[in-house]
This record gives sequence, C-alpha cells and structure tokens, in this order.
Amino acid sequence: MTSPTLPDPEQLAARILRGERAAVASGLNLLDNKLAEARNRSARLLAALSGERWLSRGHLIGVTGPPGAGKSSLVSAMIREWRLSGKTVGVLAVDPSSRPELGGGALLGDRIRIKNSSHDEGLFIRSLASRNQLGGVATEVWPMSWLMLACFDIVIIETVGVGQTEIDIAEIGDTVCYVAQPASGDTIQYLKSGIIEIPDIFAVNKCDLGAPARKTASEIGRSAPRHDRRENWDYPVCLVSATMNTGIRQLQEHCERHREFLANAGLLGKLRTRHQSAWVVRLLKEEFGTFGLELAGGRAVVGERLRENPSSQFAEYERLRQHILSRFMSVNQPSSLTKKEHLDEQTIV
Amino acid sequence: MVAARKNRDQPWLMRTYSGHSSAKASNTLYRTNLAKGQTGLSVAFDLPTQTGYDADSPLAKGEVGKVGVPISHIEDMDQLFDQIPLDQMNTSMTINATAAWLLSLYIGLAQRRGIDPTRLSGTTQNDIIKEYLSRGTYIYPPGASMRLIADTINYTVKHVPKWNPTNICSYHLQEAGATPVQELAYALCTAMAVLDRVKASGEIKPEAFPQVVERISFFVNAGMRFVEECCKLRAFGEMWDELTLTRYKVEDPRLRRFRYGVQVNSLGLTEAQPENNVQRIVLEMLAVTLSKRARARAIQLPAWNEAMGLPRPWDQQWALRMQQVMAFETDLLEYEDIFDGSPVIAAKVKALIEGAKREIENVEAQGGIIAAIESGYVKRELVGSHMNRLRAIESGDLKIIGVNCFQETAESPLTVGSDGGIMKTDPAAEREQIERLQAHRRSRNDSEVRAALQGLTDAAKSGENIMPSSIRCALAGVSTGEWGDSLRGVFGEFRPPTGIDIAIDSREVLGKKDQVTDLRERVANTGNALGRPLKLLVGKPGLDGHSNGAEQISVKARDVGFEVVYDGIRLTPQQIAQAAQEEGVHVVGLSILSGSHMELVESVLQELRLRDLASVPVIAGGIIPREDAERLMALGVRAVYTPKDFSLNAIMGDIVDVIRECNGLDRIGLLH
Repeated sequence: MTSPTLPDPEQLAARILRGERAAVASGLNLLDNKLAEARNRSARLLAALSGERWLSRGHLIGVTGPPGAGKSSLVSAMIREWRLSGKTVGVLAVDPSSRPELGGGALLGDRIRIKNSSHDEGLFIRSLASRNQLGGVATEVWPMSWLMLACFDIVIIETVGVGQTEIDIAEIGDTVCYVAQPASGDTIQYLKSGIIEIPDIFAVNKCDLGAPARKTASEIGRSAPRHDRRENWDYPVCLVSATMNTGIRQLQEHCERHREFLANAGLLGKLRTRHQSAWVVRLLKEEFGTFGLELAGGRAVVGERLRENPSSQFAEYERLRQHILSRFMSVNQPSSLTKKEHLDEQTIV
Repeated sequence: MVAARKNRDQPWLMRTYSGHSSAKASNTLYRTNLAKGQTGLSVAFDLPTQTGYDADSPLAKGEVGKVGVPISHIEDMDQLFDQIPLDQMNTSMTINATAAWLLSLYIGLAQRRGIDPTRLSGTTQNDIIKEYLSRGTYIYPPGASMRLIADTINYTVKHVPKWNPTNICSYHLQEAGATPVQELAYALCTAMAVLDRVKASGEIKPEAFPQVVERISFFVNAGMRFVEECCKLRAFGEMWDELTLTRYKVEDPRLRRFRYGVQVNSLGLTEAQPENNVQRIVLEMLAVTLSKRARARAIQLPAWNEAMGLPRPWDQQWALRMQQVMAFETDLLEYEDIFDGSPVIAAKVKALIEGAKREIENVEAQGGIIAAIESGYVKRELVGSHMNRLRAIESGDLKIIGVNCFQETAESPLTVGSDGGIMKTDPAAEREQIERLQAHRRSRNDSEVRAALQGLTDAAKSGENIMPSSIRCALAGVSTGEWGDSLRGVFGEFRPPTGIDIAIDSREVLGKKDQVTDLRERVANTGNALGRPLKLLVGKPGLDGHSNGAEQISVKARDVGFEVVYDGIRLTPQQIAQAAQEEGVHVVGLSILSGSHMELVESVLQELRLRDLASVPVIAGGIIPREDAERLMALGVRAVYTPKDFSLNAIMGDIVDVIRECNGLDRIGLLH
C-alpha cells in the first residue's frame, strides 16, 4: 500500500503563516489525518506554528444555538461586515454525523448557507462532521481552529447547540455567542438547563418579528444570576436580524469589546492556555482512558506541566502521548486488545 | 370503416416544447413545426435568459442556447417571431423569474409591429414558487417573486385580457418526486397564495376579481399510473371549483373551470431501450385526454429520446404525430365524459381529494405555502417521496421495463446513426449571440436605456406595477441581464433550503440492505486507510437548477458513511474548485443536466489544476450522451453516470473505487 505523500510540516507552517490558502487547506487535511506518520507531522506542524505570539493573536469566536435559529445566516451577515472592513475570516462549520451504526456519514450544509455568492480570497470555510462526539464538538476542531488563528484575523466555530456543545465550545472560543430563536421552546429549555453561564454574548435573531423577539431577549436578560468564569463582563443581550441585516454591527462591536476586555484584563493568554490544557487532557483521556492519564502522572500533574509551557502545548501533548504509549508497552504485558491496537499502528506506518 | 362524426369536440392546442441555439434557428424550427400541423408554440428559453443574465456574463459560459433559445433583447424577440403573426398565434413561454421581462419584450414587440396587445393570447409559466422546490431558476426572494407574479396578473387582466399570466405548476413537483396528493395540495396552495396576493394588492376592483380567477391556469404532469393520473385531474377540477366558489366567491361556474396544459412525465423516460418511451408517452397522454370533464386545453409531449439529449426536428415531429393520431384518428372526441358514473373512478377521486385537503390544512396551519417553503418543510416532503420512488426502483417493487427488468435488448437502429440519435446545438451559437448582443449595445441610445432602467428601479422600490416600466425598457433596447441586475439590486438574491437535511428516518436506507452494509464497510475501511473519513463535494456548475439528482446522491452518500459537502446550484467552476480546496475533499461530484457539461467540466478541471488539486478525482452525472462521456473521460473525468445508472448503490461502490484508485489502493469491484 502506498500512502499519499504528506507535506513537510515546517515548510507548511511557513506557508500558512504567509496566509497561503493551499497551505491552510493541506494543513487542515493533515490535522484531520489519523495515520501515525500524519500525527507526528501534525504535532510538528502545530509546534512550528506555536509561540508566544499565538497567545495573543486573532480572535476565536464560537457561535452556537438551537437548530433553525439562523446561525449560518447571522455568521454570513457578520462575515460580510468583517470583509468590508478588510479583516480575513476563517470558519469551521460543524454539522452532526449520523450514528456509527448508521454509517456515521454527515451532510455538511453550512457552507451553502454561509458563503456569499461572490468569489472571496479573504474567506475560508471548512465544514466538519461532529464524528462520534455525541452532541459535542469534533476533537479535530481544536487543532484546526488553532491553525486558522495563525493566518486569519477572525476565526469562527459554528456548531448546533445541544447541551454538550456549549460546554465544549466554551473550552475553545475566546468569545462564545449564543444565537437564540424568538418564541421557541429551545431557548426556554436552554434557560432552564443551567448552562446559561457559558456564553459571553446573546443574540436574539429574527428581531424583525418584533414582540416575540423582545420577549425572548428580556427572558434571557432576567435569567438566573451567574457565577461566571470571566468576572466583570456584562453579558450583552442584543437583537439582530440576519435577513434584514440589522444589529449586525452592534453584535460585532460586542464581540470586539469582549476581546478587548479579555486582553486588557490580561485574561486572553490565560484563557487560551487553560483551553489548550483542557483539550490536551481531554484528548489523552479519550485515547488512553483514566489509566493512561495516571501513567502520565494524573490529571493535575498533566495540567500543571501544560500550564508551565503555555506556548508549546502541542509539542507537550505529543511528548505526553509518546510517554504514555511507551509506558503502556514497557510496563504492561500487552493484553490482546492493546496488542492489536499496537499492531494497527505499526501496519499503518 | 365508419366516417368520423361531424360534431366532434375541438381538439386541444398541440405544441412542442422547443427552442435552441439562437432566435434565428428557433424561428426556422417553429415555422417548420407549424407547417406540420402544430397549433401553438411553446418556447424553451436558455438558462441565462431564465435566470436574468446576459450571454456574456461569466455565469452564462457554456449555457447560451443549450436548453432553449437565448433572448437578450427585443431584436432577438423580433427574430424569434419573424413571419409569425403575433395576433394569430397562441404562444406559451416557459419562463418564471424573468417572466415579467419576457412578457414585456413580447408586448413591446407587438406594439412595435402595430398590434394591439389586447389581441395577444398565450401563457407565461410565471410560477416562481415551484422554482424554489424544483427546477431552480428562481432569482429573487419569495416575497419579491410573489410581487412579480401579482404585477403581471394585475397588468394583463387589464391590458392583455386573453393572456394567461401564470400557469401554476404541479408538473415540476411530480418531477421532484411528489405523489398525486402532494401535487394537488401544493399546487392549490400556490394558487391560493397567488390569488390572495393579488387581492391584497388592491389593484383589482372586487367585482372584477372573478376575471382574475378565470385567468389562473395550471400546468400539470401525467405519469405512467394513468388511471390514477386521470383521477388526479378530475380531483383538481372538483377542488378548484369548490375553492374558487367558497374562498373567492366566484359565482359564474364558467369562470371556475380548471384550465390546464400538460407536458407528460419526463421523470419516467428511460435512457435504456429509449424506444419504449414512445408507448410510455402515449399512455401518459391518455390520462389527460380520456376524460372529457378533465381534458387538457393544451398538450406538449416530450420526444422519445429526451433522456439522452436534445431531440431533433424528426423526434419532435414524431411527438406531434402522437397527438394528431389521438385527436384525429380515434373516436375520442365524439363522446361525453366516459367515466361519469363509474364508482371506481369516483372512489379514487374522493380519496385523492381527502388526502389533498388534509395536506392543504397542514400547509395552511404552517402559515401557507411560502412559509412552508421557507421553513424547508415542502422540500423535505418532496425529497422524501423521491427517495421512496428510487428505493422502489432499486428493490424492484416499481418495475421499469428495460431498466430494472427485461434488460435484454437487440441493438436499437434508432441510436446507431452518426448523430447518436440526438441533436447537437450549434457550437458557434454562444459566440454569435455574444457578438450580436455587443453590437446591439453599441447601436442603442444610451441615455434612453439609462432612463428606462432608472424607471424600472424606481418602480421596483416604490411598489408600483413593474410591467409598464419593463415594457419601456424593452422598447429602449435594455438587455435581459440589465433587467435582471436592476431588480437584483433592489430585491436581492435568494438561496432556498435544500431539503437535504431531510427528516426522513435514516435507518430506512435506500437500496438492498446487505449492499448498504457492504458499502458502509468499504467507505469506513477506505477512510481508515487514507487516515480520515471519505469526504465528497457535490455541486452544480452553471445555471441549471435541477437539483433533484444532486440531492439524492448527497443523501445516499451520507447514508453509506461519506461526509458530504453539498454546495448547491449555480456555481462557477472557480467556486467549485475553491470549495474542493477549502473542504479538503477526496472526490468532486458534478451534476449537469443542461447539456453544457463539456464546457463546464473542462473549466472545473482547469480550476482544480490551478490550485494543485489535479489529483482530486472528478466524477460527473447528468444527461450526458455516450460520445460526450467518452470525451469527458479523455479530459480526465474518472466516471460519468447517466440516467441508465439507476442503482445508487452501484454508483456509491464505484465512487469508493475511484477514490481508492486515485490514492494507490486496489479497487474492490462490483457490489454483490
């Protein structure tokens, strides 16, 4: 079997930093690739893209909300404004996959909803399936969003909000924007569900409906007091209409204001470091389980080690992976299952 | 032999849907067809004309003169009707988003020839609502489209009283998969939406409203289940009669008559053993002629080779002769309705009416047809019905002779000729049309054009009827693209829900179950070998909006485990290549039914090469003659699928193998 040639990570990183679209595309393909050799190169790519500047560059915005709330139209309207002001935009649009026993396929329809009809070199959209992350955000979103941050001014992650997603997206985005649908049960459910403290900004879409939109906005405004992860931020609730193109500018100002707030309070770098640590722990746990995490010294130690090296977390992640893998192989007589997995790794290489 | 009775009923209007290459070539064809006994004209426009673009627009590349005649300005219209007296002709125009414009050109031409517009008779299809569900030649959002329909009705009722300003179409709903009940329900809902809109405009006095109702006509489809189809048309008549009486208080029963034209079903025509289409077409015609109570006013029949490409004049003549044999040789027109009193027919009609009423209530409860389209409900229902049909074909429950049974055939002498049994459009047509248009632009009075376009924009903004200013534009020499762009500037453009996010139970998959399981394994294993799940981009380059095929492929691919990026219709080759790059797909699938596959596919391949994506395989599907399929393969296309490839499972298996081959893996081969 011949495997397709994989790109040289360091060269690729240099091209991505120059904003070459082809390089961005092949970088994203590489990060999506699960073959062992590709994983090594992914780690090298991300390491080559990392650095201090990475903790302060760009703006990563998560947009979530119930199905039918008009997230894609809203994102599309925001993109139009950003592009008019000369900012480049990268989008990761996540749609659900069908269950593995039903084939695990996905219809990715956000692209058609987001894109403008004209050709635009300053906009890059990658659609992603949620894969087997039940209701959550695909694990690939994390490294991909960080790659995009290296070359776009604004990076948007759009997901359908179904509980777990908000929690996941809060562990990626600098700013999380929840899009509410007026007069719909979804929003009420959401208010009740106790995860209202996650978003930083609320946008009630379809405000051209009038009273129902204002009612939903005031319900959100009156909702339970929040003990928030980001103190002293005043949670704006704004009325927007993607189709009528109203309130878009204000929503963007809230986003920008939120980023400034994080930067001025010295929180942006800390937040990103924390998010990265959380994802590394999550990925390690997913791959090796609690036991594997213990082999690396346990959750607390791993978290500590990551926080100490905020600018090279991907390299750290790969070192931890290798460490756990070697411990698995040397410490244990491999069980038949781990042996099989190990063999798979070998044959794939 | 008994001589025919003297007092026979008048036969229906006989037409052939035609037009291609240029106004001049189409005019020659029309005059030949009329000389053969055709009694009306049915104009097919090319896609740039249907979607409001000039022949030299980048989006029009490869599409000019393909599926119909290009009409860019009033001189083209003049040439199209050269030596054809407008006041004596009954002209049907299959035109929707730009209907107000083509009608303005027709009226403008009549004025220029000194003919009083009150003497014009004919039909503009002008049902933009169904364009959002099938066919896809919409331009503007639904609100603006409704307004354009209402404007043409309001105008013609006063100034061109013999014109049918809109032909509510259930035809295309059936092509998109609609059941008879869905056809009845959605067409009648659309008619209600149109009439309500006209009423609300306040332009028509209440006492004149019955005349508006009378002018509403329908365009329906007739499929192979011809008994049921006949009942469907009787149901249409009864429901329309009741609806116009109760909802619109039309007292005169003559004004409540259900008037319809028909084109029999194209969905069921096959590329395999295409000669069988002749008997299919004749049987389908029975549904709309047998019952006097529900007989069509105008009939156009497709040609036997429509699933293979564009019909030649001889093929069109054959289709016309079918109608003439039915009307003039049989005794059909000598009798009153032959089904009245039949309990079997009555029961079937009743069942259809009950089903349709339930669905109408359902749509009304959602706020009417526009709301149900905007929410994606209607499209989802249609995609679901269409999937059921394909599933039945694959399982063999729905038999199609020559396709899923009785496939053995001798070589057909009809298709062995050097032309392959189809017509080729003139390859020089596009260039000549562009030259003609550019010469026209140089010859006209620029300040008049500017003033006329300003008047159009003002009318669009103010809500004033669009027709008078459009007729002024026509006379000033404004082009189709200029008219389309002016209104785009005011109304914006629309992208409708695709219906691929369908709510139907995805456990109930299409095709043979063990094949699906096998396919899922193939897709998963190939994805694992390549390091990530297989990703497919599906898009339609060019202006052709028939998206049913692309949607079915997308849904099927999802069901067998692909991650599918559906990029929709009306894409430039550049946009498709850009999407392929951004999305990092393993394969690009293009669907083209307009006949412009050679130009468009070649451009896509070129754009992919420009982006270093030459290694990404491209596959194409659509109405593609065998000879063209071979040329496409020579250009580098990896597979071409045509209507004879009815098994979606087989197509999926082949796509997996194409991906494998392009990535250095062995082909797995045919499904069992």
